[in-house]
Amino acid sequence: MISLAEELNAKAADAGIPLAVHLDLTWRCNERCVHCYLDHDDQGEMTLAEIRRLLEELAAAGVFHLTLSGGEPLLRKDFFAIVGRARELGFNVKLKTNGILIRSPEAARLRALALDSIQISIYSHRPEIHDAITRVNGSLARSLAAARFLIAQGLRVKLAHVLMRQNRGDYPEVQALARDIGAGFVLDPTITPHLNGDRSLLALGVAGEDLRRVLKDPELIGNAGEFCSPPAPPDDAVLDARPCSAGHSACYISPYGDLYPCVQFPLACGNVRKQPFQEIWRDSAPLQEVRAVRIRDLPVCSTCVHAGSCTRCPGLAFMEGNFRGPSAADCEKSYLRTGILSAAMRRAADHR
Amino acid sequence: MKDTYIRRSADTAARRIGDETMVLAVADSTLFSLNETASVLWEAADGTTPLRTIVENQIVAGFAVDSETAYRDALELVAELGRRGILEVADQPLEERPK
Repeated sequence: MISLAEELNAKAADAGIPLAVHLDLTWRCNERCVHCYLDHDDQGEMTLAEIRRLLEELAAAGVFHLTLSGGEPLLRKDFFAIVGRARELGFNVKLKTNGILIRSPEAARLRALALDSIQISIYSHRPEIHDAITRVNGSLARSLAAARFLIAQGLRVKLAHVLMRQNRGDYPEVQALARDIGAGFVLDPTITPHLNGDRSLLALGVAGEDLRRVLKDPELIGNAGEFCSPPAPPDDAVLDARPCSAGHSACYISPYGDLYPCVQFPLACGNVRKQPFQEIWRDSAPLQEVRAVRIRDLPVCSTCVHAGSCTRCPGLAFMEGNFRGPSAADCEKSYLRTGILSAAMRRAADHR
Repeated sequence: MKDTYIRRSADTAARRIGDETMVLAVADSTLFSLNETASVLWEAADGTTPLRTIVENQIVAGFAVDSETAYRDALELVAELGRRGILEVADQPLEERPK
């Protein structure tokens, strides 16, 4: 049975409504995480007046889910004014933060604004590992204190754990910690190349046996038999599907007003400082190109047995050179999960 | 006869999409879909306009329905939305909240 949320997503994609927008309020940050893909120098962020106008445009366009992130969004002195205006306009607001600037009063203000959820990055339960990744002493203690302040207010908190070589093996402890404090847990095994194109960050990611263990851990994936079983060959319903919501019912806006299909898909589609949001959303040629793609249009992936179950990210594929192409990280995940090579992996092996 | 006043709960997010309004109760992430007439009530739920006035001005005037039936249906609907925690229902005016 299809849920109301799935029905809403499908309706939005069919009607061309941008249901979800991820807005980075700043790329400045009070941490210096080793795997971060952003440039932290301020290049001229949108002002409060510009963001207020943008929020009004987003509401008029039908945006419902608004994720506020960064950088560290609470570094903006006008952060609460922005959230307040967003809530007045009816958005369902989610926040991504490191929590360092959240103490009891800030948690109370966020509760009063009725946020949907707050995601806090926790890289390890061990301060020496977490603090080495963020390169800020005491950051684990501050982030966990923030999580507790927020939970005490009755807010929904998720601990987000990015998997990398430095913290490999720590995720079960972070998951247990989340359970203990009453938070949710989300694990992200993907390291993203720097937005400037530098791919050296990818060396921080886990691969091979380490990743296989994660992808087969029943504590994370639920029904391992189903998750890891060989996929069924893709049928017409799979081939006619949209690759993901990026550009269809969701998009990303940077602190400088640049609009991309997704934070992980830095294809320049326009700038909301120069053009109304609705115009970019409706008329941008790159967005229309992204929107036209169905799985059957992907030259390699449409021939792949994993087409219906792969987590293929068109943004990662774009950063590898072609958004219609495969994403190597997702091919590897499909292979490690099921033991069956992807079409792209088979082709690469044949050419060796 | 006692008046009824309705106000959107502060702990909701809402957006009109076509003829429907999607309302999310942020406390538990329950999503509701309001049909066209329920959407009219939602948008008019400022806490200060009596429900009977909303029904007369916006439902009876806009839809082919008689006053008493429309008011009875509206009372039933607002009671249900009140039980779900997305609408506040009172017998005296409530302070207005922004839409």
